[in-house]
Amino acid sequence: MTREQAKTLIGERFTSAQVEGDSPTSAEATAGRPAPAEATADKPLVVTLPVGQWLPFAQFAKATLGCRFFSFSSAVDWKERGLEVVARIENLDDGVSVTMKTRLGPGVSACPSLVPVFRGANWMERECYDMFGIRFEGHPDLRRILLGDDWEGHPLLKSYAVDTPHPPYR
Amino acid sequence: MEIKPPIPQVPAPIWRNIKDLQEWEQLRQRRPEDDKHSSLFESVTEGIHSFPGGYVVTTVADSFLNWARKSSVWPVTFGLACCAIEMMATFASRFDVERLGMVPWASPRHSDLMVVSGTVTIKMAPMLERIYDQMPDPKWAVSMGSCANSGGPFRHGYHVVKGVDRVIPVDVYVPGCPPPPESLLNGLLLLQDQIAHFRRTGKRAAPNPKVD
Repeated sequence: MTREQAKTLIGERFTSAQVEGDSPTSAEATAGRPAPAEATADKPLVVTLPVGQWLPFAQFAKATLGCRFFSFSSAVDWKERGLEVVARIENLDDGVSVTMKTRLGPGVSACPSLVPVFRGANWMERECYDMFGIRFEGHPDLRRILLGDDWEGHPLLKSYAVDTPHPPYR
Repeated sequence: MEIKPPIPQVPAPIWRNIKDLQEWEQLRQRRPEDDKHSSLFESVTEGIHSFPGGYVVTTVADSFLNWARKSSVWPVTFGLACCAIEMMATFASRFDVERLGMVPWASPRHSDLMVVSGTVTIKMAPMLERIYDQMPDPKWAVSMGSCANSGGPFRHGYHVVKGVDRVIPVDVYVPGCPPPPESLLNGLLLLQDQIAHFRRTGKRAAPNPKVD
């Protein structure tokens, strides 16, 4: 499974997904000449998915692309454009890494959980819920992991005020 | 047989009811009246004072007790962040605080000093307060490093207590990020100096000026 094969497979199976890999802008940035094959080989495939295909794509990537290693999961708050969930999964044998992205839309905080596919996603998604308040549907144990149980709000959201009073210490 | 809850249900002052931050900090800095001496000690001292020249006796006794206290300040080993590495270096053989009578002790029940070494997060603050409460009187606290003094570089973070003096009363503030062992050693010597000037009124020396 090479990177190009993976890209073709994703394009065939998920037609609505948007796959970016070796973007020409980054190739031009390397002193005007085309980037060598070694430089593009390590770059992750960035797959932007609709929310409905989040879990099917993870199953497909694990079964077909051999991405058995769940690297990390996080989120981005794009303010009024809504939240974006990011996950990186990798095929360590062939050196293929895939970055999954999905936009939840404004005001939406529900996202399918990847725990049924990758057990390592458990704590990552708990942290994501802790910091961004994303409700991962299908998560077996969705509660706060880093902050105290009595914490109010989700601090990495842009709408969270830093000086929010926290009795009795702030 | 009734099983008592492990935590005494003392109604704590609630932050929302206190508008003024200064008032809140003064509340946290308040010490109990019998901070330094027991009531038995007080009554014995009053008895000595009724004799002529009794004050000479109590002053000499005070000096002796203060000398004994400052010569055996046992810090509880309580490391919070990277400052704890410097604290360990201070306790180790090169700087050797044991020549000052300080033995890093692994129990708050036998300790006199807490070196708050590092960032105090909101999640850790109740535990810190509890360990401080477990130490027997008389007890002292040294705030080590910018984070413990004022929050330091994380002051504007969402999870950091802006200075450990919002949690426990502090006697010496040691600036630095992190303070080298020499700084902490200087702070400990300042603390010994403060302990040497206690009087039986139970009042403490004023803390040294706060430096961020």
